[in-house]
Amino acid sequence: MTLTDRVNAAIRAVPPWCLYVVAPVPAAWWLYLGLTGGLGVEPIKALEHELGEFALQLLILGLAVTPLRQHLRINLMKHRRAIGVIAFFYVFLHLLAWLLLDMRGLWSQILADIVKRPYITIGMAGFALLIPLALTSNNLSVRKLGPAWRKLHKLVYPAVLLGGLHYIWLVKGLQFEPLLYMAAIVGLLLLRWVPQRRRAMARA
Amino acid sequence: MAGRWKNDLNWSDITPKAAFLNRRQLMAGAGAAALGGAAGPALADLGAVPSEYSTDMEPNTFEEITSYNNFYEFGTGKGDPAEYADALTIDPWTVTIDGMVDKPGDYSFDDLVSGMTLEERIYRFRCVEAWSMVVPWVGFELADLLNRVGVQDGAKYVAFETLVRPEEMWAQKRPILEWPYREGLRLDEAMNPLTIMATGLYDEPMPKQNGAPIRLVVPWKYGFKSIKSIVKISLTDKEPPTTWNMLQPSEYGFYANVNPNVDHPRWSQATERKVGGGLFAKRVPTQMFNGYEEEVASLYEGMDLSRYY
Repeated sequence: MTLTDRVNAAIRAVPPWCLYVVAPVPAAWWLYLGLTGGLGVEPIKALEHELGEFALQLLILGLAVTPLRQHLRINLMKHRRAIGVIAFFYVFLHLLAWLLLDMRGLWSQILADIVKRPYITIGMAGFALLIPLALTSNNLSVRKLGPAWRKLHKLVYPAVLLGGLHYIWLVKGLQFEPLLYMAAIVGLLLLRWVPQRRRAMARA
Repeated sequence: MAGRWKNDLNWSDITPKAAFLNRRQLMAGAGAAALGGAAGPALADLGAVPSEYSTDMEPNTFEEITSYNNFYEFGTGKGDPAEYADALTIDPWTVTIDGMVDKPGDYSFDDLVSGMTLEERIYRFRCVEAWSMVVPWVGFELADLLNRVGVQDGAKYVAFETLVRPEEMWAQKRPILEWPYREGLRLDEAMNPLTIMATGLYDEPMPKQNGAPIRLVVPWKYGFKSIKSIVKISLTDKEPPTTWNMLQPSEYGFYANVNPNVDHPRWSQATERKVGGGLFAKRVPTQMFNGYEEEVASLYEGMDLSRYY
């Protein structure tokens, strides 16, 4: 048994519901830290940042499922839906933290920010793109939509790109970390197209 | 400084140190006292005198002021300066004063401070990122320093530079900003009595993450104008280049006066949140000139502040 086989066996042994059970743990932990001083003296910004960054990491993990299978033969397909749904959950929590804790429901300022501030606009656009994906992440939708389901779920590509851009755009100056995330996103997207082109060329 | 009211009271004569240390430190101190130990570390009191320019708002705790900082020379994270600023050597420290002055030269930190009356100035501090604090700075008026070195006729601006020492300020090895960090003021802004050179806070020498050993504090402007760890002051007749303005002129102007009516292109400046309020802290409206309108509005009479932001 190769290492890959062993990794795949371990992945297969985990039932997807386990992921849903542990999914809220990081959020609960950060909330606890925020309430007890563990997130520093500005816990609102810190919580917002933790939630957003984790959401982005999960989205990137979701993007990695296909390349991992194609190039390293590591098969996470069984958990792809859970990864996606949990990523959406964290994007939503990130948004809630902004609306309720950061902006404290100052709706006029919130609406003005969504319209006027490009980084908030694209963040919201990314969230909006994910909504239909979250709503159709169930077997019934997969059956009913047929081939359209696959097409619809390609929306995750622009959504993640918007998320990465949102991060680059919100920081002051040109910082290293957001660029690293963007590089991962672009890299994982490119990995999808490069082999396909090669295959097409081979056929020709 | 001449003619300004003064008294010989020390801040420590009015408020016991325990009252302005935060609760946790107070509790720890009480605990230590109960055990018969000395309460708290030995602190070098600067003996700053109170000032009529201080706000009566409650200052943020020492812990808050020293753990949440923007000092990109030590990294872009708010906790980075507290983590890495320890590497900075602040003794010896020399400030070069040049340009249109009568007595240019290299001044040691002691030269700069000797003969100055250190005052405690409890100021509101408003960051361009829409958070705020109240800080009990210790310092002297920049005007006193400028008068001592003699500003020549025709000088219109004061330019400042932060130390460049990548071996101690690790993030200077990265092109986050164009080093050295540069700031500037119009001469009348520099001479305003609110503008101080700060050498401490909470009656102690300036913590390194807050810009030791000497920094500028201009309370009616966004925090990035209050340049830290200054090594150069130049008097010029031209508006000097300033770091954030060089990087992103559409977002950061030369003036950078706190103004709730002129938004940053990427976020609103209408409200702010005071650091230290926990997870459910409220936003409060930002005040024109950060609440120092009475003292400084006349400096900008007739200027379109949405153009000169």
